[in-house]
Amino acid sequence: MGEFKVHRVRFFDYMPSAIRAMAFNSRTERLALSRADGALEVFNFADSYFQEKVIPGQDGRAVEALCWVRGRLFSAGLNGEITEYDLENLRPKYTMEAYGGPVWTICSNSQGTHLAIGCEDGTVKIFEVLEETIRFQRNLDRQKGRIISLSWHPSGALIAAGMMDMIKVFNAESGHATHRLLVERGVGASKSREVVVWSVAFLSDHTIISGDSAGKVQVWDGVTGTLVRTHLVTKWDVLALSVSRDESSLLAGTSEGTVVQFQFISSTVDQHDKEWVRTRTFKNHTHDVRALAHTDTAVVSGGMDTQLVVRPLLEKVEKNTQESALRKIAFPHRSLVSCGKKAGMLLFQFHGHLELWRLGESDGHGKPGDSLPVKRKPEKLIQLKRKGDDHICCSALSPCGGWLAYSTISSVRLYRLQYNGSNISITKVAKLPKVLRSAHQLCFSSDSSKLFASTTHSSVIIIALSQSECKYLHTLRPKSGTRQPVHLMSASEDGKWLATANSDCEIHVYSLHKLKLHCTVPVYSSCPTAMAIHPTTSNLVMVHADQQIFEYSLVQKEYTEWSRKLQKQGLHHLWLARDTPITHLTFNPRNPAHIIMHDTYMFCIIDQNLPLPDQKTLFYNQMTLRSLPEPERTSHSHSFKICKTFQHLLCVSLLEDHSLVVVERPLLDIASQLPAPVRQKKFAT
Amino acid sequence: MAALYEGYTLCGLVQAQNQSDSGIQGIESERDSDHVVVTDSTRSVTLYKVSDQKPLGSWTVKQGQTLTCSAVYNSHTKEYVAVSDNKVSSDVWRVHSVPGGEPVVLFQRGAVRLLDSLLSAPQQPVEEVLAQEEAIRWSTTVIAEAAQFVIFQTEQKGDHFLYLQRPNLNAVQRYRLEREEPGLSPLSFSASYRDKHINLLYLYPNGHVYQSVVSVRGPGMEEEAQALPLPRNLLFALPVGEGLLGAASALALDEAHVAVVGVPHPSAGAGKDFLCIWNTNFQTLQAGKEMSGKIYGQLWSYSSKLFIPHGKSLSVIPYECPKSSLASALGKLRQARTEGEMRKIHTNNNTEIKRTVSHLSLCYTSCTLSSTSTAPVEEVQREVEGLLSRSDIQELQPSVGQLASSLVSRSVADPAFYTPGTLAQLVHTQCLCHSVCPDLLLLALERKDYFLCQLCLQLFPDVPEAVTCACLKTFIRCSEKLSIVVVDAQGAVLPTVFFQHGLEVLQTAYSDTFLLPHLKDLSSQQVILFLQYLQFLYLRYSQDTFTQTHGLRSPTLTQIMDWVCLLLDAHFTVLVMTPEAKGLLLNLHRFVKSQVRLFSELGKIEGSLEELQKIKVKKEVGQYSIEVIELF
Repeated sequence: MGEFKVHRVRFFDYMPSAIRAMAFNSRTERLALSRADGALEVFNFADSYFQEKVIPGQDGRAVEALCWVRGRLFSAGLNGEITEYDLENLRPKYTMEAYGGPVWTICSNSQGTHLAIGCEDGTVKIFEVLEETIRFQRNLDRQKGRIISLSWHPSGALIAAGMMDMIKVFNAESGHATHRLLVERGVGASKSREVVVWSVAFLSDHTIISGDSAGKVQVWDGVTGTLVRTHLVTKWDVLALSVSRDESSLLAGTSEGTVVQFQFISSTVDQHDKEWVRTRTFKNHTHDVRALAHTDTAVVSGGMDTQLVVRPLLEKVEKNTQESALRKIAFPHRSLVSCGKKAGMLLFQFHGHLELWRLGESDGHGKPGDSLPVKRKPEKLIQLKRKGDDHICCSALSPCGGWLAYSTISSVRLYRLQYNGSNISITKVAKLPKVLRSAHQLCFSSDSSKLFASTTHSSVIIIALSQSECKYLHTLRPKSGTRQPVHLMSASEDGKWLATANSDCEIHVYSLHKLKLHCTVPVYSSCPTAMAIHPTTSNLVMVHADQQIFEYSLVQKEYTEWSRKLQKQGLHHLWLARDTPITHLTFNPRNPAHIIMHDTYMFCIIDQNLPLPDQKTLFYNQMTLRSLPEPERTSHSHSFKICKTFQHLLCVSLLEDHSLVVVERPLLDIASQLPAPVRQKKFAT
Repeated sequence: MAALYEGYTLCGLVQAQNQSDSGIQGIESERDSDHVVVTDSTRSVTLYKVSDQKPLGSWTVKQGQTLTCSAVYNSHTKEYVAVSDNKVSSDVWRVHSVPGGEPVVLFQRGAVRLLDSLLSAPQQPVEEVLAQEEAIRWSTTVIAEAAQFVIFQTEQKGDHFLYLQRPNLNAVQRYRLEREEPGLSPLSFSASYRDKHINLLYLYPNGHVYQSVVSVRGPGMEEEAQALPLPRNLLFALPVGEGLLGAASALALDEAHVAVVGVPHPSAGAGKDFLCIWNTNFQTLQAGKEMSGKIYGQLWSYSSKLFIPHGKSLSVIPYECPKSSLASALGKLRQARTEGEMRKIHTNNNTEIKRTVSHLSLCYTSCTLSSTSTAPVEEVQREVEGLLSRSDIQELQPSVGQLASSLVSRSVADPAFYTPGTLAQLVHTQCLCHSVCPDLLLLALERKDYFLCQLCLQLFPDVPEAVTCACLKTFIRCSEKLSIVVVDAQGAVLPTVFFQHGLEVLQTAYSDTFLLPHLKDLSSQQVILFLQYLQFLYLRYSQDTFTQTHGLRSPTLTQIMDWVCLLLDAHFTVLVMTPEAKGLLLNLHRFVKSQVRLFSELGKIEGSLEELQKIKVKKEVGQYSIEVIELF
């Protein structure tokens, strides 16, 4: 296989934002989550937890709560607004001022006809959900003190509201408060501090469960308004509650980073009186658990430590399967790094700015395992701050390093870069064609003469670039009539082809010479996570969220022989067991049989000339091969060459000089930049 | 602790032509401990008065004749016996004579005759005991059970044999020595009689010193019978430095001490010109002295003086080997914790010793000793003070033991006589230990001198468990009678007397097995009180406020815990049955439980910190590097 010079880059200070809120739609199996920077993400739990959509945040937008109403997603935040999102165009659809001050919570009734929001001014406002919008209906009796949390009774007739020091139960029809449940404050010093009821859950048997800032999970009888049981679960706050659909299990997320499970069971055998019993404690977070979702099979949690954790409930899933493994999603499922292969440059995308770096140089040669002397250090050429309030949703650097483009939901900006080795100048291209208003994906042709921008309904706008002007050329449209956004786009090295993939799992290939759709790859059930067109054979290689790999011949318009062989034999179980998606794929011009791809924990070079590993083959065999004498290696090697030396990868790419670039962002570095947890981490736990 | 004192020269050496020879054939004792007969290797015999370092008389054989064995003194006849030119009737090997025994003649072919019988019939036939090519290498005579033995060692074609002969019975025991490494013959032999056995000590050039014990009532040897193998045990493997030992000799001084000459000092490089005293029981070096000039591997010992030819002189070196005790053998006290307070003397095992004692101070000691047995208390005090102030205590170490013993025995005999201050002073010198003066601590207990008790417990490294326990009992008993109390955290009442004295008991060295039976003798009330006290200490320690209370030497937490365990072990059933103990035990249990919890937490911390250590090992990766990897 051979030696590679590797630029090991750790200067991309990518910092994910804390998770604020979560909502799980059990019908579509989509989890929506919001982050502290206002960004929204949608994960498809039915497709290997793939992050299929990202709606970038906006300065000043703080999403405090999320709520699905059938397939529609609503949010409310401390800016006092309710927002519905356009999940096809990945942007807010509309925003409505609630006129009640900061909004702490939003929740819908089980019928999906109304939304209730809890406001700082003490009002619970009811909105009617209409076809295209929502309409304010009325206020419930205004209370003294803010409404922090809300829960509808499944019947829709009652609403429980968590406040300071108390819970109120409202009649949703009359708007009058029917019960006032007083929540005891914490002991000691916190006695003087108001207790915040961070979360309430109203169950069909009229049980109300609350979680509060004194660390209690309390079970109330909503009919009589009496306290049934108090569980002290933490010294700090209980921030979130989530009840399973069948109301047999309840989760409570705490500031300690734990999730405590309660189950509605008989405490003794042969007894019919069931009660809420504390059963398990999960500790998968270092910081506050701010958001929780109880799916049918798993505990989904997120918070300050920015990781989304899916912890399957082992009694609900088949043991020792992919489904039973704990999953931590730390990185976005898309690339935040663009590589100017010819120029040796890297573009890092942050939500508020872009950084352009030139890689360092070394003239030394060394043997495997060596670190070469760095003759020239890497250099940050440009830090480009975005304009406007909207966060950057995509960016691209041309392979030659001469062009840079980024897009927000409101605008696309293109810059001309001129770099002579010591000075860099950046010029904004002033007049962009009007049709180019925003893009979901941006991509340059390999000769840097064209910019492709995907927009609504998976269409692609082609812009011709030249020194003097940039001109709108054409809009490519798929024939499928899809309304979904493109999340992957790849142009071929020879300038002939452009492939796009969207959230409907469709992959369209356009002929750039004919400027029309060339073919559509047969739709596979799992969403593609990375794809690229081979520079010489024009085969399109795709990797999907379920880790399957396909190779499709654009010339023959059929799966290649290798792809069929791979499907027939099946991928190795250890390959399928990986839990992070392949997020980037590229080829080795020196050896056309090589496909280079990476996920968070490894990069892999697939040599199509070598035999595929069967299930009994030692899959991770690099150490074994290293120990074997050279003549014996061939008989033991298989096509998957996996390197785990570099970890927590954000990008692996091959430069024109055949050296590899790996961009690492160790999770430890991210953790070290988090604020101190509420409680000092207990050792050895 | 054995000691070598400053030596002096008895006479110069007449160098023989052969440089490797000291010129001295033998040294024999004469009429008393102060006279020796020195036979040189050629023609003359000289009588010396050792303490005066001067010759009293000298005899020389005619020119052309040589003395072929050293002259001996026949105490019966007050005559000197020497052999010139080997000849009597057959070739003579040696004439041996010991005080209380008759001179015996050992012929070169192994026959033994009493001098008297030989002189009465000079032409009698002398049988051949030894085989062809068997030759005597060494011989001596020993008086055992009123019988005289001639012991000699022979060599025959690399095999070594030992013969025990009783001249008047003509009974011979013959033993074969085990072979050492091929080609090695014993460098020196020494024989002594102890406990109905003859103890042989022999040194090989590889530094191995073996001991063999031969019964004086061993089986007589039949003619031509096979030699019995001689069992041996390795006493030491002395350091030999580079190569093998050439001229060296080992001499048993008493049952526990061996003087060795011509062997390197373990901490002074490879030079072999040392005279050392080793303790055989503890395998420790007790004293060492560098001898100037060449060492010839010859060594004699008469009445606590070593005679050693070296360089161009014959030196006399007085030595002392007090009764061996663990403390003196180890040469240091067990309580390493208080090392700071200890005098350097106790760690001098491995440092080169240049200890000297002047005749003057020896003289003082003997004067003081004589006064202890008769003089009134004040005078004794004065004398001892004077002695201690005059001399370097290091030099006095052996005599301090004698002083203390005589004071103690006088006190025991005479109830009116007791010198607490003087005894304390002697204990303070730290030259004493329990085994040197076993009655001291018991005397102190008897006289209720708790201060001295404490001092002994503190400074003696070798207090037997029985005595420790006796002290403990006395302290508890006397505290039961006194009413001054300390109130501990739980409100339990503890007598201060016990509080102070108990600390020392806890710090003495002991072995569980020996202590346990004595502990069992405590009454349940005593056990409760003691346990209360231990718990009190334990609590105080855990609160970390106790470590240097009142400037007392305080026991370590481990020592306290060990005592708690022992006490519970010895009396658990009794305690469980005693209602008064219940609260105490419950308290103790509660506290121990909380401690266990604490420690398990600490264990976790340790585990985590260990992880940190592991993390550190990982290679530091900077912000950027260019590396080379290889895929296969």
